[in-house]
Amino acid sequence: MEYFIELLFSGLTRGSIYALIALGYTMVYGIIGLINFAHGEIYMIGAFTALVVSTALTIYGFPLLAVVVLTALAAAVWAASYGYTIERLAYRPLRSAPRLSPLISAIGMSIFLQNYVLLAQTSDFVPFPALVPEFAFMEPYAHIVGSSDMAILVVSALAMIILTCMIKYTRTGKAMRATAQDQKMALLVGINVDNVISITFITGSALAAIGGLLIASHIGQINFYIGFIAGIKAFTAAVLGGIGSIPGAVLGSFILGLTEAFATGYVSSDYEDVFAFSLLVLILIFKPAGLLGKATIEKV
Amino acid sequence: MLSFKDIRQGLLVALWFIFLTFPLLVIKINPIENSVNWRWLNMVYVGSFSFLIYLITRMVMARKLERQKKIKLGLVKEKVAWSIKLFSQPRLYLPLLAAVAVFFLLFPGLFSTYQVNIMITALMYVVLGLGLNIVVGVAGLLDLGYVAFYAVGAYTYALLNMHFGLGFWTVLPIGGVLGAIFGILLGIPVLRLRGDYLAIVTLGFGEIIRLILENWSSFSHGPSGISNISRPGFFGIELSLEMSIVYMYYLTVLMVLFTIFVVNRLQDSRIGRAWFALKEDEIACQAMGIDKMKTKLTAFSLGATWAGMAGVMFAAKTTFINPASFTFLESAIILCIVVLGGMGSIVGVIVGALVLILMPEYLRAFSDYRMLAFGAILVVMMIFRPQGIIATLRRTYTVKGDLE
Repeated sequence: MEYFIELLFSGLTRGSIYALIALGYTMVYGIIGLINFAHGEIYMIGAFTALVVSTALTIYGFPLLAVVVLTALAAAVWAASYGYTIERLAYRPLRSAPRLSPLISAIGMSIFLQNYVLLAQTSDFVPFPALVPEFAFMEPYAHIVGSSDMAILVVSALAMIILTCMIKYTRTGKAMRATAQDQKMALLVGINVDNVISITFITGSALAAIGGLLIASHIGQINFYIGFIAGIKAFTAAVLGGIGSIPGAVLGSFILGLTEAFATGYVSSDYEDVFAFSLLVLILIFKPAGLLGKATIEKV
Repeated sequence: MLSFKDIRQGLLVALWFIFLTFPLLVIKINPIENSVNWRWLNMVYVGSFSFLIYLITRMVMARKLERQKKIKLGLVKEKVAWSIKLFSQPRLYLPLLAAVAVFFLLFPGLFSTYQVNIMITALMYVVLGLGLNIVVGVAGLLDLGYVAFYAVGAYTYALLNMHFGLGFWTVLPIGGVLGAIFGILLGIPVLRLRGDYLAIVTLGFGEIIRLILENWSSFSHGPSGISNISRPGFFGIELSLEMSIVYMYYLTVLMVLFTIFVVNRLQDSRIGRAWFALKEDEIACQAMGIDKMKTKLTAFSLGATWAGMAGVMFAAKTTFINPASFTFLESAIILCIVVLGGMGSIVGVIVGALVLILMPEYLRAFSDYRMLAFGAILVVMMIFRPQGIIATLRRTYTVKGDLE
């Protein structure tokens, strides 16, 4: 039973990280209908920025609390800047191009960013400092769920709540929903669609960076390649929940995280990544619109 | 030509990129000594580089705009691409073609074994590029796991050779057929959906195949791979190592010629035109009575067939394979070949493969930046020259006489 609960928490932790990344995929897809392949790389860049900033600050003797706050801020700001720049450089010029062009451009951007980090930093796995201290009140449960698991759950839940509020209640959120429904119509009612798209990229990237920071501090090491697998898995989660749908992305992420945790716990850990891909293929065969998505028919 | 405003804008862009690359390019942590290494020089590079690139693109764009304005006014004629000019005149391209043919025929005699080996690799990428070109360039299906089918072919030969002693010529068609079967199996669930899903599923599939090869040791010998695969037989005659490399070279050239022949004939066939049409507009295609699913599946599985055959050749050439040869980067390189050369253009893909594979071999100093450049090429080509360096010459039909 204890093992079961341990796996359950591990699944929830994984799920919330996937959710933070999947939200970026689903928001971008909802608005411009593009799979942003470079999104996984944004998550990786967020983690790397966090690594660099937190280590540098620790070396210069900042107290832990300041390090954590500044690191999270830096990771979110820089990842958001990367997201914004990528959209401006690689996607905006191709908005009216054939469907294949932005996809190829996105995959190119992803390869570029991976190798940029590889050249700028290192190709090895680098140790990541544990940013979450062991909380004293978590002591009795430490054998089942660690403090960093708890931090991941709390922070990602907060991030998701803030995002939901932003989309539901603010003007920007309204503009985003309008743009997602119909870009031309949104333009006609006076929404600056370019800005809305930029904001979408910025928000999605910041969320991914928070995810990257949390998981890196949880696992304790990162390298330039982590974004690739995490990106595919988060995309799987987004498709599972129904791409374009925000609650769908969260639901899909938790299902994927739990499936993975139980499958690796009870079956075998060699094929950890295979489960996600098989799940993706299965969904596409039986329910391509996802759990919460609507099947749309393209009209001419 | 450059206004003050452009320069100011350029400076702003440079500042933005300095900010953007600051944490990753300037700061470097040394976790062992616990020290920070500030690399301020990189900041200067990034700043000046982005400033220059901004100004250059600005200038190029301005010239392009001016030209378009002139064309609109009728002052100058629209420029015909040089590749199209060249290929429409047999007097020009026939001698060129003959020179290329002679060069490739005499290549092993003129250059060292090392060079021949590199050329074989490049030619194999030509075959792979042409295969992927059917899928991406002609039919417009983005396949990011192309290397999976390549792996299927390579492992088919390696395993059949190891367990049953089957030779190269027997396995070559088997590898192709197995590639096709995998292509169909993967294609059926995915091709019904929109193109984007295909991209990500093939990406996932490529990874699955690699993971299975790495983890299922009793089947594939895991990460250590399979060695001592026999080279292709030459009518039962034993060849020395050097001779067998030369033999392999001619086999690859033959394979390239065969591929060019098939792809060329296919493009002009009924199904080839259906592929082109499908790439342009799926809905219109279905309205014209083209079976979307079947047409896509043919393209996808045909591409997989070629990858399978190329895989068999790869295993025969290197005589050793392991899962590390079949990573996603390999798929990315092949995609880059197709995109750089020109999607749908046979000559383009050949030139693209030769440039992208041979260049890093001879410019060793830049080999670290190879993948960085490949990524950048994909983005830049899509934005500035989506038709590739050598555009396809589309068949046009002119109606003679009065239509009425």
